[in-house]
Amino acid sequence: MICQECGKRPATLHFTKIVNGEKTEFHICEACAREKGESLPGAPNGFSIHSLLSGLLDFEPAGAAGGGVKPKAARCDECGLTYAQFSKIGRFGCSSCYKHFADHLDPLLKRVHGNTVHVGKIPKRYGGQIQYKREIEQLRRDMQGRIEREEFESAALIRDRIRELEKKISDL
Amino acid sequence: MKHDGPDSDIVISSRVRLARNLRRHPFPMLATSSQSEEVMKQLIEIGKSDQLAQVGKFETIVLSDLNELERRVLVEKHLISPNLANDSRGGAVILSDNESVSIMINEEDHLRIQCLYPGFQVQEAWGLAGRIDNIFEEKAEYAFDEKFGYLTTCPTNVGTGIRASVMMHLPALVLTQQINRILSAITQVGLAVRGQYGEGSEALGNLFQISNQITLGQSETEIIDNLYGVAKQIIEHERAARSRLLTESRLKVEDRIKRSYGILKYAAIMDSKEASQRLSDVRLGVDLGLLQEVTPTVMNELMVMTQPGFLQQTFKEKMNPETRDVRRAELIRKQLRGQTEFGGA
Repeated sequence: MICQECGKRPATLHFTKIVNGEKTEFHICEACAREKGESLPGAPNGFSIHSLLSGLLDFEPAGAAGGGVKPKAARCDECGLTYAQFSKIGRFGCSSCYKHFADHLDPLLKRVHGNTVHVGKIPKRYGGQIQYKREIEQLRRDMQGRIEREEFESAALIRDRIRELEKKISDL
Repeated sequence: MKHDGPDSDIVISSRVRLARNLRRHPFPMLATSSQSEEVMKQLIEIGKSDQLAQVGKFETIVLSDLNELERRVLVEKHLISPNLANDSRGGAVILSDNESVSIMINEEDHLRIQCLYPGFQVQEAWGLAGRIDNIFEEKAEYAFDEKFGYLTTCPTNVGTGIRASVMMHLPALVLTQQINRILSAITQVGLAVRGQYGEGSEALGNLFQISNQITLGQSETEIIDNLYGVAKQIIEHERAARSRLLTESRLKVEDRIKRSYGILKYAAIMDSKEASQRLSDVRLGVDLGLLQEVTPTVMNELMVMTQPGFLQQTFKEKMNPETRDVRRAELIRKQLRGQTEFGGA
């Protein structure tokens, strides 16, 4: 693909900007990106992953329009970072930010990772409870399927296993 | 870095980095000096534990004790990030004696565990990083959330906090102009491609770093397996391109490689861009068996030693870019003629 600015060099930077649902695609080469002042990632005062992120963040998610707390008004009680600041710098101030901004994070995480829920390693000290909860969710889905297929006997066995795990959680 | 890993004719190194934070402390970006110091103290203490001593022999370096040049050398050896070198407030690094493990403190996150292996050993690197992670998590309370996983300063790292990468030398794919097609395919499977020194640098000397982009919603094993599988395929493509070059245009390739070798061996001025390109040619010549005079290990060393900070340290003098290019040429000439003594030479 050829750079849309100079029409000569191959385009090496590709990005998509969506403003009010309107999608614009950019395909430019490094030289033109530099000229336009959007220097390369990592360059001083330049176009960084954080400014790219802030481009993703700097708008109100479609779902937030009617009612609820406006994301920009949200603020982390722990470190004082506001959602507006977060959306500018693209970084969290402390672990509590995740809790305070939780309602607004899914669209962002979906964009960055295509997912919103961690499925990997769990630290041992948190491990037991989370592991059991994950297993319970899995079993519930499994049980539902069996009930729909009218496999009641095996569904009952799964129900017992769920109860066992729930007891384990309350004993922790 | 020694040239002894698997597939090391193409994969220079494999790296896994884990980003972790402590629960009750603000992330480094917002921490005060005393808060950063506190985190540093706690993590250095864990670094001195018996459990970590079982993994290897470690040395702790507090970055404020180093001068600018010493920090830069650590960056060029990929032992610390440019970020940590520039903003060393409460920054420290715990290094293993063979330099394969680097544990950065107060970089963008409180803790960054990085394991670097020669050749294609991304699974081994993950194994070791995971083991060191277990030691720290047993003694420190990590910031972890049931839904979001390991909580990191930047939302691009949240979840597993893992960044796995392989540094590949792909001259034949570049020469045969297949590289762009392959690189754009890579980005479509959730992997990212960068130049030699990570974010923001060009792919100098046909070196490409391929890493996972997604850290949330995939398990560590899935991420590692995905990177492994894709890198394996690229290795095969590069090998096929190399053997096609040899059968279809051997003389042309040999000419290019030997010209580069000649230039490196005799040039009096060598800027870093040309050095990377010529070194890449010679390295390809070594890997293809077209040049017997040089060993792959010498090539690997040269790739690191011709970087600006290293040059300054080797020649123990402050240099402007012009002198640096002269010194670089001098160092390459000496090294290629089998004189491996540097500094004071």
